Amino acid sequence: MPGAIQSVERAAAILRLLGGAGRPLALAELAAALDLPRPTVHGLVRTLRDEGLVDQDRTTALYRPGAGLRRLGGGWDRHDLRARAMNWADALAGGTGCAVYLAVPVGTMASLVHHVFRPDGSPQTLRTNTEQPLHATAWGKCLLAFAPVATPPARELELRRYTGRTASTVAMLEAHLSAARVRGLATDVGEFETGFGGAAVPLRSGGGLTVAALGIAGPVEELFGGGGEPRRHLAEQLQHAGREISASLVTPR
Amino acid sequence: MSAAEQRASPARERVVAAIDQGTTSTRCLLFSRSGRMLAVAQREHRQHYPEPGRVEHDAEEIWRNVARVVPEALRRAGLEPENIVALGIANQRETTVIWNRHTGAPLARAITWQDTRTGPIVARLVEEGLGPLYAATSGFGPATYFAGPRLRWLLEHVPGARAGAEAGDVLFGTMESWLIWRLTGGPAGGVHVTDVTNASRTMLMDLRTLEWSPKLLDALQVPERMLPEIRSNAEVYGVCSEVLPGVPVAGALGDQQAALVGQTCFAPGEVKCTYGTGAFLLKNTGARIGGSAQGLIPTVGYLIGERPVYALEGSIAVTGSLVQWFRDSLGMIGTAAQIETLAMTVPDNGGCYVVPAFSGLYAPHWQANARGVIVGLTSYITRGHLARAVLEATAWQTREVVDAMNAESGIPVTRLKADGGMTADHLLMQYVADVLDVPVERPLGSEAVSLGAAYVAGLAVGHWPDLEVLRANWHRAAMWEPDMDARVRERERENWARAVARSYDWVR
Repeated sequence: MPGAIQSVERAAAILRLLGGAGRPLALAELAAALDLPRPTVHGLVRTLRDEGLVDQDRTTALYRPGAGLRRLGGGWDRHDLRARAMNWADALAGGTGCAVYLAVPVGTMASLVHHVFRPDGSPQTLRTNTEQPLHATAWGKCLLAFAPVATPPARELELRRYTGRTASTVAMLEAHLSAARVRGLATDVGEFETGFGGAAVPLRSGGGLTVAALGIAGPVEELFGGGGEPRRHLAEQLQHAGREISASLVTPR
Repeated sequence: MSAAEQRASPARERVVAAIDQGTTSTRCLLFSRSGRMLAVAQREHRQHYPEPGRVEHDAEEIWRNVARVVPEALRRAGLEPENIVALGIANQRETTVIWNRHTGAPLARAITWQDTRTGPIVARLVEEGLGPLYAATSGFGPATYFAGPRLRWLLEHVPGARAGAEAGDVLFGTMESWLIWRLTGGPAGGVHVTDVTNASRTMLMDLRTLEWSPKLLDALQVPERMLPEIRSNAEVYGVCSEVLPGVPVAGALGDQQAALVGQTCFAPGEVKCTYGTGAFLLKNTGARIGGSAQGLIPTVGYLIGERPVYALEGSIAVTGSLVQWFRDSLGMIGTAAQIETLAMTVPDNGGCYVVPAFSGLYAPHWQANARGVIVGLTSYITRGHLARAVLEATAWQTREVVDAMNAESGIPVTRLKADGGMTADHLLMQYVADVLDVPVERPLGSEAVSLGAAYVAGLAVGHWPDLEVLRANWHRAAMWEPDMDARVRERERENWARAVARSYDWVR
């Protein structure tokens, strides 16, 4: 077992100092309090700032606890996620001809934060703010596979059987999740609604944490080829949009 | 978005470029034949505030930004100038610049549309009894909102401006004129033109003939030889010698008219609303020039081909900027998007209303002496209720303009095509649908302004054959259906009207 990692200990000390000071602190004060060279402390505090855990005042250059500390465990605001994802979600719908969803975990459900209609002029109903089961939808399984802390373990879910293809046992669901982790993409081949399915990729914020799932939806035969694999041009566009949105989530605000 | 598409055959790809010269930034966007955005590049320019009420831009800086963002957009899409079939321009309207035709140098900073320094000039026109002449000819009475009085101010105050204009050495333009002149060669043979939509915002054009009105020019003492030639929105004005050598400059529209075209509101009665800092509703009135009695502004919608299509415009000064104020001045939220989260913590406004008459009220009230009010405060009210009231203010202001439009024509609006940044707020869009009692739709891709500029340029060079093809490019990305009890709607409408009445005449 390796010993404690020094830079993490020092970063924790900086956060405690800032949190306990009751006023913004200068770099020199931090360095003096920790008895470390200024360049070392500067490197640490700059990394914490980039992660959103420390804020630096633009005019005085003083440091104080960051807005990101309040979000610990809370994740991204769902409407900030929608605002960041909106342009790419539109482009994804335009490029694939599919409906697009953005989902976040809420308890034992996947909550839809955003919905872009399938661009074919057909009558559709906006599904924003509705909830769907984690185990039976592409976005739900994507969250289970890639956000294991924010979602309940498979054994605690009620694995209701919606269609003949629903993963209705823990073993079956675990197999689906393993496959999703290998592919980097979760699928639903008609597991919630017969004939309709989806594919979803994780959206990752700074540090690689999965905060939401981005999915495309449509008839199963349109989305998937013979072997049950998602069609390549669709998967590529989905993954490209996922990477672009994730890149925009690295910078706080 | 298009990485795969671009790899296919960049050499043969034919795209249309649009320049969106806006209030805070200049952008270049590239669009495919299906109307999909392929790339965007953007640069902000400085806002100069020399005195309270004055807002200026450096036209030379804006031109330099155009010269930077266009190649940047091409690089991002992996395309060459040869791939561009045409260039279109959409611009901030009513912003006024004069420049020397021999050197290309502006004589002063451009006076922007937010600038109110022309108050005394406008007051003088009204005192001289010229209001009815302007209303009958240009479509609306004198107001600081328009470009003509700004030009008069420049002629009066900038050394050498009047003599230069009379000698034919100094030219006037709104931003599209300035950019077209620079793109087509500037001092070396630049084309000096404007389009009917921008010209309709000068207070100098006859709305019926679509020509400069000698009477209106006389009243403001503007020498006609400094004015650009008025052209249609979709025609080849000239060929770029700078930035995109060889590419035709083939379309120009004021930004709000560009959004009308981008949203493909080609049939009389169709309405679009662009929700940004403020909001602008434009309704297609076909061959009919709408009435201004309801506080609305009749204007040219577009001229594509022979016959002009007119539009009726209702402008709301404060919509998105109220959310910015809630974020930056009150610190209630961290980002604009979080207002939806905060508003969703409560089921309704709790009886609280915010009337954002920060600089008076625009359409349909036009009350310059109104100021903002928050009414209905009780100890029950939380931040969540205020967030609701802030969002609802945008919806009710939309309703007031739509009511005015309905009263003007007698034909009710049956649906609203929304675009702009605030369409990201689904709670707001639902509330707009609820209070209008008509469906609100949002198109795929939120760049209606730039798309409209691309459309007119592409039409001019035959890249797109007709308006029907463009209509087929419009795809619904979301629709909000009204879902509010009629009695609740009426009660809230009355409350809003009472709140608005309390904002009147605060400034004495």
